[in-house]
Amino acid sequence: MKNRKEKTFSQLGYPGRLVAVEGVDGSGKSTQIYLLKRWLEMQGLKVFFSEWNSSGLVKSATRRGKQQKILTPTTFSLIHATDFADRYERQLVPLLKAGYIVLCDRYKFTAFARDTVRGCSPDWVRKLYNFAALPDLTFFFRAPLDVSLNRILQGRPQLKYHEAGMDLGLSDNIEESFKLFQGRLLKAYAKMKTEFGLIQINANQPIEKQQELVRDRLAKVIDIKGYQLDQ
Amino acid sequence: MAAKRNSASKVRPNKKFLGYDLPGVKARELTGKLIVIEGADGSGRSTQIKLLVDWLEAKGYATTQVGLKRSSLASEELERAKNGNILNRTTLSLFYATDFADQLENIIIPSLRAGFIVLADRYIYTLMARDLVRGLDDKWVHNLYSIALQPDAVFYLKLSPEKLIQRNFMKNHTLDYWESGMDLGLSKDMFDSFVKYQKLLSDKFDEMRKSFDFTIVDSDQSVDSLNQELRNHTKKIIN
Repeated sequence: MKNRKEKTFSQLGYPGRLVAVEGVDGSGKSTQIYLLKRWLEMQGLKVFFSEWNSSGLVKSATRRGKQQKILTPTTFSLIHATDFADRYERQLVPLLKAGYIVLCDRYKFTAFARDTVRGCSPDWVRKLYNFAALPDLTFFFRAPLDVSLNRILQGRPQLKYHEAGMDLGLSDNIEESFKLFQGRLLKAYAKMKTEFGLIQINANQPIEKQQELVRDRLAKVIDIKGYQLDQ
Repeated sequence: MAAKRNSASKVRPNKKFLGYDLPGVKARELTGKLIVIEGADGSGRSTQIKLLVDWLEAKGYATTQVGLKRSSLASEELERAKNGNILNRTTLSLFYATDFADQLENIIIPSLRAGFIVLADRYIYTLMARDLVRGLDDKWVHNLYSIALQPDAVFYLKLSPEKLIQRNFMKNHTLDYWESGMDLGLSKDMFDSFVKYQKLLSDKFDEMRKSFDFTIVDSDQSVDSLNQELRNHTKKIIN
């Protein structure tokens, strides 16, 4: 896959910086990005947080597609790309132009992992998303599969159809399907590590220890003093 | 993804995708025919499709009709987005592609598998032309629609912008915001914008003719003679 032409926001000359967290469900990435956001906010910095699959108008179509189970791998991919594009064009890019540190809970790597596991061509999906620049920093939270599975299965026993990859027909049992699907996603992420320079964080260690690593790394790459509010 | 231009009159033995195969679909199992009618609003597409359907059904062929913004997945939100003009170009492009892919997989492909003749009131070419005149990257747009099935025939109903205007006024005495390309800011005057935008689209279609296999049909003729011309082309495909 030759994607090396793609640039980060910093390389494109944006004043803002984009930091993304990636990983399978239950890897603890949402907790980590929340703590990162708190840390930056408490220093009075310009911070914005954005979540996957959250654009208003597109979301209602996505919801219908999921409820009625009419999504195919291709339309699943396209509707999420539409949602992402909406946030990207209307929110992320303007904020990055205004010099914000934008924190994304999942970025295009989530689509690369999910869509290719569902059977879409990896090349097609990567090109689909090449309107979006690469993050300046991407953390990949990686825990052994059984650890992340346990976190989800203990805390939230009601698994959702697509989240469990039931549409792939891996197993009729939703929990079994979830395990198989998450295992494939983890492999897909691991493959992207070198392709996109994802920074792997061992997610099987205390939360505060992970957060310390994340903050250190971020402070090395981004000169956070330059992102004060009211400048 | 290029198709030879001179193959218009030949029967294509097997269906194929323009670029990437859709997961789980065997193109060779699709025994029906896919016929696409392209052309601007006012070029006579829907009238001609209706007449083609009558003719085909009279001959005993089963037909299915598809068109833009008709998917159960995305049509409702697309309509709302267009009315509010709240989506940017990449988003709108992807939303249209979603609408297209939903119909491709849930209507077009099953119909072709069952041996139907599918008549498409516009296909990816209109969507691509719209994206391209809005400045989206050519390679990106081609990749986006490389999941489409190559039609058995594409008829492009061509009419000058001036004649299109007259036909639009005959129909409802008003020009549509999007069909006039008002979002491009070509002109504040809707009439001027319509003429300029339709010219841009028509140029794009002429360009795309080089890589895709279009049959250009002059729409400046009577409904019946135009339909006769389309029937003659269609006969070569279905026999």
